[in-house]
Amino acid sequence: MSAGADLTRRTAAQLADALAAGETTSVEVTQAHLDRIGTVDGAVHAFLHVDAEGALAQAAESDARRAAGRPAGALDGVPIAVKDVLATEGLPTTCGSKILEGWVPPYDATVVSRLRAAGLPILGKTNMDEFAMGSSTEHSAYGPTHNPWDLDRIPGGSGGGSAAAVAAFEAPLALGTDTGGSIRQPGAVTGTVGVKPTYGSVSRYGLVALANSLDQVGPVTRTVMDAALLHEVIGGHDPRDSTSITQSVPDLTDAVRRGATGDLTGVRIGVVKELGGDGYQDGVQARFAEAVDLMVANGAEVVEVSCPTFVHALATYYLILPAEASSNLAKFDAMRYGLRVLPEGIDSPSAEDVMRATRDAGFGDEVKRRIILGTYALSSGYYDAYYGQAQKVRTLISRDFDAAFQQADVLVSPTAPTTAFKLGEKLDDPIAMYLNDLATIPANLSGVPGISVPGGLAEEDGLPMGVQILAPTMADDRVYRVGAALETLLADQWGGPLLDRAPALNGAS
Amino acid sequence: MTDTLVPWDDVLAAYDPALGLEVHVELNTHTKMFCGCPAVFGGEPNTQVCPTCLGLPGAMPVVNGKAVESAIRIGLALNCEIAEWCRFARKNYFYPDMPKNFQTSQYDEPICFEGWIDVEVEGETFRVEIERAHMEEDTGKSLHVGGATGRIHGADYSLVDYNRAGIPLIEIVTKPIMGAGAKAPAVARAYVSQLRDLILALGVSEARMDQGNLRADVNLSLAPKGTGGLGTRTETKNVNSFRSVERAVRYEMQRHAAVLDAGGAIFQETRHWHEDTGVTTAGRAKSDADDYRYFPEPDLVPVAPSREWVEELRGTLPENPVERRARLQSDWGYTDLEMRDVVASGVLVPIEETVAAGASPQAARKWWSSELARRANDAGVDVVDLGVSPAQVAAVQALVDAGTVNDKLARQVFDGLIAGEGTPEEIVAARGLAVVSDDGALGAAVDAAIAANPDVADKIRDGKVAAAGALIGAVMKEMRGQADAARVRELVLEKLT
Repeated sequence: MSAGADLTRRTAAQLADALAAGETTSVEVTQAHLDRIGTVDGAVHAFLHVDAEGALAQAAESDARRAAGRPAGALDGVPIAVKDVLATEGLPTTCGSKILEGWVPPYDATVVSRLRAAGLPILGKTNMDEFAMGSSTEHSAYGPTHNPWDLDRIPGGSGGGSAAAVAAFEAPLALGTDTGGSIRQPGAVTGTVGVKPTYGSVSRYGLVALANSLDQVGPVTRTVMDAALLHEVIGGHDPRDSTSITQSVPDLTDAVRRGATGDLTGVRIGVVKELGGDGYQDGVQARFAEAVDLMVANGAEVVEVSCPTFVHALATYYLILPAEASSNLAKFDAMRYGLRVLPEGIDSPSAEDVMRATRDAGFGDEVKRRIILGTYALSSGYYDAYYGQAQKVRTLISRDFDAAFQQADVLVSPTAPTTAFKLGEKLDDPIAMYLNDLATIPANLSGVPGISVPGGLAEEDGLPMGVQILAPTMADDRVYRVGAALETLLADQWGGPLLDRAPALNGAS
Repeated sequence: MTDTLVPWDDVLAAYDPALGLEVHVELNTHTKMFCGCPAVFGGEPNTQVCPTCLGLPGAMPVVNGKAVESAIRIGLALNCEIAEWCRFARKNYFYPDMPKNFQTSQYDEPICFEGWIDVEVEGETFRVEIERAHMEEDTGKSLHVGGATGRIHGADYSLVDYNRAGIPLIEIVTKPIMGAGAKAPAVARAYVSQLRDLILALGVSEARMDQGNLRADVNLSLAPKGTGGLGTRTETKNVNSFRSVERAVRYEMQRHAAVLDAGGAIFQETRHWHEDTGVTTAGRAKSDADDYRYFPEPDLVPVAPSREWVEELRGTLPENPVERRARLQSDWGYTDLEMRDVVASGVLVPIEETVAAGASPQAARKWWSSELARRANDAGVDVVDLGVSPAQVAAVQALVDAGTVNDKLARQVFDGLIAGEGTPEEIVAARGLAVVSDDGALGAAVDAAIAANPDVADKIRDGKVAAAGALIGAVMKEMRGQADAARVRELVLEKLT
């Protein structure tokens, strides 16, 4: 194993320690990851854009800060990949869409500014379903990302690029965004960790909105501790985001340390009746049940809770999301930036003609489907029946959460109903695709935080599944504590991290 | 195409008009409604912009607290209720000068609602009920290049300046104003004029109609006389002077009547007002197809002004307009007729400012209410847009008081001010307008007049002092009005008695 390969196998926390101890440099670490990208990304296609020059320059600055004894923070010098839905000054930002091809934002998203301020070199931008619409990354206009566990399978979505980059050791850390499960579901199917923070606790400024009331930026990592370290860098109030919460999040790394003892004495774990059973793969259910048993064996109390309105979550989500998205995506009109297509057969096209031709050529089918759905749901005469009604159901879902959290400190379920399916398998069946997010959507509708931690491999296909842990609003520390405990207990059983069992990729040692 | 118009008296005999006014007020906050860009008029195109007001992907809005404060003060001054909780909403439609292709506005939860304002027309008071006043953002400005009309159709290409995009607007909407009859045009004008006075007194906007700080849309419909119903309305957009508001109402009443008399139907549509020709032309049809798909803006949290804050703002309101007019009339010693004239001409605020600048109330009224109002009317503009400031009027009057010019010469000073020739003093010097009171020059002119009019001179020598007027007139004529008339009289009498 070369020194570079060794560096890419380390967690962000280990890299931070090595950097602090002077055992390696950020330039070495960054170069090792760039090399790894060069080796495997042809097969994985996790990245839409790699910024080797920029990343190495930031790494050199980081090393200079360390040499001067002034590191910017614990993660100074640890490189990161950023989902292509976040605005990055000077780096292309396409959202996986042709309509933004070539657009280079003149500003950084707040979370990106925070990465830069904390000294994390940005390796590049990761692939995603177009405008984050999808659960497989197959809706990217730039081609799908492949799951490192099986290159014929999907890496989840919409943030399949970020999850695959981390799972393939191309980056120790990545940022994702989660609107209905786009961080957690890819985490589950790639055997990685993904966290959706409490709505409003991480700034959305510079996140190209899919559905503003559901979107949340969060960490994509290989360990729960790495997620906590990254979460602490990006979280906290931002005056540029009016929906940003002013109170600070609890100490997350401390919660991970407490959880990592594996002791869950006194923790009440609620198994949500509605997030299991029909539609959930047997091997996924079996691993989930074992994880619950393991937690109980280590002091947790288990209760079954019922959240009856969760059965309406998917329908509610597919009214609210398209409604907000249809309006958000109106700005892509060829007038100011991005793609501009002149209509054929019109000598002197009007602005409207150009808008129509550009949007027709620039948006993929799934985006068009949701724009049409959303436009319909907001139309006069239908608003009350669709958008208005969905908002009411949303309130009921939050009440179900409130009641459940009276009985349990955290709620648990499988993150996704199945393991990774084959590329192309569900592309022609939108509803089958939407069902992937059955278990993750309720958290977005109510704003509560959630984590997906690797729960093992399903018996029937040997592919990873995830365990989802949800906590009340602003109790993000609970998902970290319980997530870290489960991670520790499972690693003890397995004799190491789950990803150690992933197949070696082309060119990897 | 020229519209058929029904004679005014015939309109009134057959129909009752219903008026509605939507006035957009551009606030004078330092920054825009949802971002930190400067909200100032002018500037090189697209220099006062940022990711938020350009609608760049990912950018988010933050509400300008000062704009909310101004909205509440306007609402309170219009006797509105102030919402305890309200939201912004997206008004979705595609237009190149709208960066996000939706306007962040308010829909069914306006910050101010259910108010009223009393306006005076020819001594009669009309209560105009306010339905709502809400906050929104302005759009950018399109410039259509090429083509004859300056409109988008027929243009070779269009340019868009987003400096204006995101400037805070308050839209004030009246309920239908019924029962104004023949006074409908005057009521419309008086409402907009008095609303402007109120906005100026609040200090929340420059309120210049000629610069688009205050823009009026006029809704009008006719119903058969005495039925009390509401007919189909038209909305005449961007009527940008008080005078045009009045003319547009009158024009639309006459045009509607012609259509209805002929058995036709009024289409619900927007109309464009043409300042130069004084007519309206058809714009966009308003129909069910106009579906703005409003929904609450998910990037903003609700605005919930505390009652304490609202009461604190109530304490900052200027005097109410009726009491204010009564106080000013008493302070200035104007008769009822004079005051009515002042209000109708829209010169209350300029007179107040002129008096504050040192002129006497009667002098201020003389210039604004007669001289400048007449000139504005001749020029087809509002008196406040004539180009003469209250401070300049006070300066001209100071010259009169000092005897430097007389009233007749002062009118020439105003000519110079309107032509932009400089300060009143500079104009007097440049045009050589100063009154001559030098005895040498006057004495020679008096001698010449006596020599030219021996008969008159004899009469005065015989004690008929009243005849002096003819000689004074001759001297003034000789001196082209620039003589000190009192001194001429003294000289005439000195020489002949």
